[in-house]
Amino acid sequence: MSRLEVRDLHKSFGSTAVLRGMDLDVPSGALAALLGRSGCGKTTLLRVVAGFEQADAGEVRIGGRTVVSGRTGVPPERRRVSIVPQEGALFPHLTVAQNVAFGLPGRARAAARRRRERVRDLLALVGLADIGDRMPSQLSGGQQQRVAVARALAPEPDVVLLDEPFSALDAALRGALREDVRAALKATGATGVLVTHDQEEALSIADLVAVVRDGVVVQAAEPARLYREPADLETAQFVGEAVLLPAAVEGGVARTPVGTLKLLRGDHVMSGRGQVAVRPEQFHMVRPGRGVVATVDAVTFHGHDATVQLSVPGGTDDPVRVLCRTQGPLPDVGAQVSLLVAGPVSFFAAAGAS
Amino acid sequence: MLPATVAAGVALLPVVYLLVRTAEAGWPTVAGILLRDRTPALVARSLLLAVAVTASTVVIGVALAWLTTRTDLPGRRAWAVVAALPLAVPSFVAAYTWVSVLPQVSGFSGTWLVLTFSTYPYVFLPVAAALRSTDPALEEVARSLGRTAARTSLAVTARLARPAATAGALLVALYALSDFGTPSLMRYDVFTRVIHTSYTASFDRTPAAVLSLVLVALTVAITVGETRSRGRAEYARIGSGAARTAHAIRLGRATPVALAGVALVAAVSLGYPTAVLAYWVSQGRSAGVDWAELGPAGLSTTWVALLGAAAATALAVPVGILAARHPDRGGRLLEHLTFAGHAVPGIVVALALVFFGVRYAQPVYQRTPLLVLAYAVLFMPAVVGSVRAAVSQSPRRLEEVARSLGRTPAGVLRDVTLRLALPGVAAGFALVTLTVMKELPATLLLRPTGMDTLATRLWTETGVGAYAAAAPYAVVLVLLAAVPTVLLTRVQAHPDQTGAVEAAAPTALQEVGT
Repeated sequence: MSRLEVRDLHKSFGSTAVLRGMDLDVPSGALAALLGRSGCGKTTLLRVVAGFEQADAGEVRIGGRTVVSGRTGVPPERRRVSIVPQEGALFPHLTVAQNVAFGLPGRARAAARRRRERVRDLLALVGLADIGDRMPSQLSGGQQQRVAVARALAPEPDVVLLDEPFSALDAALRGALREDVRAALKATGATGVLVTHDQEEALSIADLVAVVRDGVVVQAAEPARLYREPADLETAQFVGEAVLLPAAVEGGVARTPVGTLKLLRGDHVMSGRGQVAVRPEQFHMVRPGRGVVATVDAVTFHGHDATVQLSVPGGTDDPVRVLCRTQGPLPDVGAQVSLLVAGPVSFFAAAGAS
Repeated sequence: MLPATVAAGVALLPVVYLLVRTAEAGWPTVAGILLRDRTPALVARSLLLAVAVTASTVVIGVALAWLTTRTDLPGRRAWAVVAALPLAVPSFVAAYTWVSVLPQVSGFSGTWLVLTFSTYPYVFLPVAAALRSTDPALEEVARSLGRTAARTSLAVTARLARPAATAGALLVALYALSDFGTPSLMRYDVFTRVIHTSYTASFDRTPAAVLSLVLVALTVAITVGETRSRGRAEYARIGSGAARTAHAIRLGRATPVALAGVALVAAVSLGYPTAVLAYWVSQGRSAGVDWAELGPAGLSTTWVALLGAAAATALAVPVGILAARHPDRGGRLLEHLTFAGHAVPGIVVALALVFFGVRYAQPVYQRTPLLVLAYAVLFMPAVVGSVRAAVSQSPRRLEEVARSLGRTPAGVLRDVTLRLALPGVAAGFALVTLTVMKELPATLLLRPTGMDTLATRLWTETGVGAYAAAAPYAVVLVLLAAVPTVLLTRVQAHPDQTGAVEAAAPTALQEVGT
């Protein structure tokens, strides 16, 4: 099995600490996404796991084998960790088939047929059956990435690292490629780690999303859970759109300008003041009489749905602005509607309050 | 690291000899030689020549490179081949064609003329390779940001071509400082000629050794300056996106002017020497060509040239890789040490090895190994530059991927780094073969007893004013040297054949001149 465990990993470049005690646990065969803004340390973590950078302290284990321990590490070629770099980095002097075969063992003639078959199978797996004889320069960007994935999977690695492999591709291509790469990874059973700054990408393809900030993993969870129950305010805003409302918590419910809302983990929340994060799709426009009254400020139509900006009277304060995502009939700007919040929300205590 | 250190040690051998010589002489003697009033004048003359030749070769080389790679100049591929061909005309052969017909062309202007038109390909070839393989997206971005085509060329293209141009200019400057044949024939007193005179004129070799050390100091200063200007820019492009060919810039009404300029360069550097050689060959017809001597001389020239190039390449590859991958103090120092070896004039390297051979290597003295060693010392830097440029062009990302796919560091070196550097290394090898064929002073002094190369025969005949008798050797020498030159330009003219390699290493894989 090939579970990836990262324990308290530290790495500095000069006086800049890039990894400050990174922890990560990816179950065998799962695909994890490292999600974070550029400079947060996610790529450095990838390079330490691959063996291209030396850690300062901490530990990395793959399937129980220790590959990094403090400042010492197993050389990259013996880690059984392969990588799909951002721009593919295919060997320009080799054909597609030779690229894929690069990591396959055996130079003997007897091995040649097996190698050919393996290359053919892998190319078919990534959806590129008949291009083995082409040179990398003859491929489109998406094809190059597919070849890079096939090449990474060829030696049957324990872990495949994907360093923003889709970021250079256009959106239409990205979606299909993502799905195919995920399927290919699953087919081979390799544990995958995908670095990305695109929250939608992370949430849609990963089994586990680890949010990285300032060199530490601030939260690692399944995508749906991460989205619903972000660990802190910043994460709530980073993994999706969030409407933040002032709230006062008492008795397991939050009083907010849009009404009294149920809380996630309500049992654990103490009384106090702070903010709740509400996802735009949790707001529903309903018939008058229920919920709170709000005024429509603007409507943006997206095709599959629409976002409606509304303001809710905030009592003595300024009106509170909220965002509602809807698939129903669109209200006119200036109209009065009633708003309801469906489902529990996350509460974040104000700094200093308890 | 160890092979690179060995290479640097070999390169340093002549300088060490010079230092030993000078130390044996004692400080008062050395000071006396340095303070003679002709020494400063000598420095001034040599520097003037080097600066003038370098400036004119950069202008000609860059202009030709730009015209033949980035414009719609009619017949630009053919012109690109023609522009590289002067490499096949040894500078002292060119000098001979001027002296033998127009004796009034001499002194500074004669030396400058001959050296400029013999050495501009050292700038032209690497710049053309760099221009041909730079990512057109960079230029397109500049255009889209509101630059005109001409300003784009200046701002972006010139920037990208600069490392290649400075590397080529360094070679030209070193060539101008250490060339012996041309100033000798032109009777212009620069370091090499004065050193040679003082070597042959007296038994006391100390003045020559001291003057050689001054010359080495000059060339080291130039090399350090070049490295400073090279800066930290690494042009390695991560990724393997297909490199497209840039759109040609329309010359329009400037076409006739451009054609005339290109034709003029070809006429001076190729047309004139060819015509004069043809004239002397036809003059010498009646005397008859001595085929019995021409054949063996041609064979031995080729043989020692290949051996010399192989030795130089073997020594240069580790230094080039080290300089590219560890551009820190150690790597640069070793690279500079090998350049210092190149900067010592051939005659000094030869005499240093005579000294070394007589004292320490009697069995190989006046045999092929010592001559090959001299060639290796003299021409190693040419390959070091090619290797460094080629290796620094291959993205490190590729090496990392290879490691993660199970290759050991040695395997990565063999299957990725060296493989990607191969065109650069091969170009360096070809260039050195070509240069060794033209080499004169070291061959004169170190050739095995009884062996004649084309260059030494040519020198002997010219020395006694037998211009017609010298002509056949000059012609064969030119033809022999033309072979690697044409191969070099074919690689240059058909980038599609190496397109895949260039995709990942667009700037200077074939930076041949360095």
